[in-house]
Amino acid sequence: MSTTIPGAATAEGSLPTQRGYWGTVGYRLRYDPVTLFFAALLLLIILSAIFAPLLAPFDPYQESIIRRLKPPGFRGHMLGTDELGRDVLSRLLHGGRITLLMGMVPVLVATLIGGGLGLVAGFAGGVVNAVIMRVMDVFYAFPSVLLAVAISGAMGGGVGNGMIALTLVFIPPLCRVAETATTQVRNLDFVDAARATGAPLRLVLWHHVLGNVLGPVLIYASSLTSVSVILASGLSFLGLGVKPPEPDWGLMLNALRQAIYVSPLVCAMPGIAILLTSISMNMLSDGLRSAMDVRS
Amino acid sequence: MMSATLMELDQRDRGGPQQPLLVVRNLRKHFPIRSGILGRVSAHVRAVDNVSFTVRKGETLGIVGESGCGKSTVARLLMRLINPDAGEQIFDGDAVGEHGGISVADLRRQVQMVFQDSASSLNPRMPVQNSIAFGPIAFGTPRVEAVGQARELLTRVGLNPALFGGRYPHELSGGQKQRINIARALAMQPRMIILDEAVSALDKSVEAQVLNLLQALKRSFNLTYVFISHDLGVVRWISDRVMVMYLGEIVEIGPADTIYTGARHPYTRALLASRPALDPDQRREEAPVSGDPPNPINPPSGCRFHTRCPHAEPVCASRAPSLGAEGEQAHRAACHMQDPASGHSQAIAA
Repeated sequence: MSTTIPGAATAEGSLPTQRGYWGTVGYRLRYDPVTLFFAALLLLIILSAIFAPLLAPFDPYQESIIRRLKPPGFRGHMLGTDELGRDVLSRLLHGGRITLLMGMVPVLVATLIGGGLGLVAGFAGGVVNAVIMRVMDVFYAFPSVLLAVAISGAMGGGVGNGMIALTLVFIPPLCRVAETATTQVRNLDFVDAARATGAPLRLVLWHHVLGNVLGPVLIYASSLTSVSVILASGLSFLGLGVKPPEPDWGLMLNALRQAIYVSPLVCAMPGIAILLTSISMNMLSDGLRSAMDVRS
Repeated sequence: MMSATLMELDQRDRGGPQQPLLVVRNLRKHFPIRSGILGRVSAHVRAVDNVSFTVRKGETLGIVGESGCGKSTVARLLMRLINPDAGEQIFDGDAVGEHGGISVADLRRQVQMVFQDSASSLNPRMPVQNSIAFGPIAFGTPRVEAVGQARELLTRVGLNPALFGGRYPHELSGGQKQRINIARALAMQPRMIILDEAVSALDKSVEAQVLNLLQALKRSFNLTYVFISHDLGVVRWISDRVMVMYLGEIVEIGPADTIYTGARHPYTRALLASRPALDPDQRREEAPVSGDPPNPINPPSGCRFHTRCPHAEPVCASRAPSLGAEGEQAHRAACHMQDPASGHSQAIAA
């Protein structure tokens, strides 16, 4: 009680600087260098994908029979060349556009839909919960890769359908995480107290339930981003997602896989790109989660 | 703000001081127990059975009983946090949730609740002044104004708003959290507050402070309390009338002093005798009532207390005693010994 807190010295009557919950979260994030670093890295990756045409040193489609599988640094090819002699850096920059799109958009949409469904299921309980969760269980019965392949196979290939397929695959697990977290929060007295004010349900959900559910959902969603990139590449590999010669990290990984003994360093490049992206996502959401946990 | 509150309270007082603030008739809640994969209802927990009572304006009604006797269920039913299976609830002359009466939302605006577990009853991710201001904001008070009022209420419950307003619940002690809970209930400018074991989890010294605070607030905000507790001493101190519950039923109800000096129901007497004696010479060696309460899934026939009652006779197992109609007497007990016509050998003379 004797600890001085900022604003405590302000005269009575006048309101000292007040941060709401999200203000506090932002304040805490600003003093978390690790999270800030990975946020910057992620921003860099996204920006470099957006500005790929300006940044790429070579044409990503330009093949060369004599420059196949050259090591990094070979005649201006900073990251080497692939099995068809194309510049790996240029392809990574261009490939980032589709890869990031397929990695993030399905997770984002699935978080909104699955998280929303889980919130409703967890809060409503009873029959509503049973209906929603049993439908999700049906999706759970299939391995996620198989399900993605089946859905995009049924709808036809292409980036758009691939994203829809991935979204559908990610909804059930996100729904389950949200439902579990909501069920735990729902039975706490502060939710009853909020309901006891007679406030509309949406306000109770928004102010008292959501903030306590968002943490686990965000963490899980961010870990799904890397899964999404890999799954997208799997779809591309089967000819259901991105079509060659379109650059895509997953496709590149698949193609270069065969050259792992000839040019291991070049082979690793798309993997490193995927790794950096998913690590940034994970660290960012972990930082967000700990900033949101005001108790620590 | 405070004087305005009082004026507003007078306007909301529709029936005058004679009309009970709350009338509860035949309130019933049986929780189904589902078993098997199909979730068939195999039994019911009879948490609250045919409970009728009134709460007068400005009084404090204490509700006591062992754990599991249905005290908290009554509280949640009164707030409509759970829906009753049957029964009427009339708030200041208006039936709740019925045509021509008031809605549940209207009821909740006038009745607030303070919960037992001060830790889980505050949102861990919300500064406490925002928790207090949540209700008023939800009903359209501008945010800045509502937070200002919340800070004023913090002062009223004895906490410095500059020091405590922006804190999170984990930064407060149990007593401070309970003060916040009280402030949150007050923020809705209620006419009645249900205190469900509100001080039970606090240290004795803190408990006394909070009880004094509650008494002071009751006077200045013109409140009516329903005070639920298992602590008989506290209930006697704060209550005007006391209602004793056993296995979902009312066994005795009456003015606090009468109950404590002349309890009529054997269960009430046992409860009172189970208080630890302060005088070592009066220390008793045996518990006045033995065993646990019977299972509320299949409560005993007749009088539900007959399995533990020292005065039990065959009539107790066969026929349920009646509490008597409201208004007959101030002090009523549901016991065959109180009914000259019951056939109980120890029944009072007519």
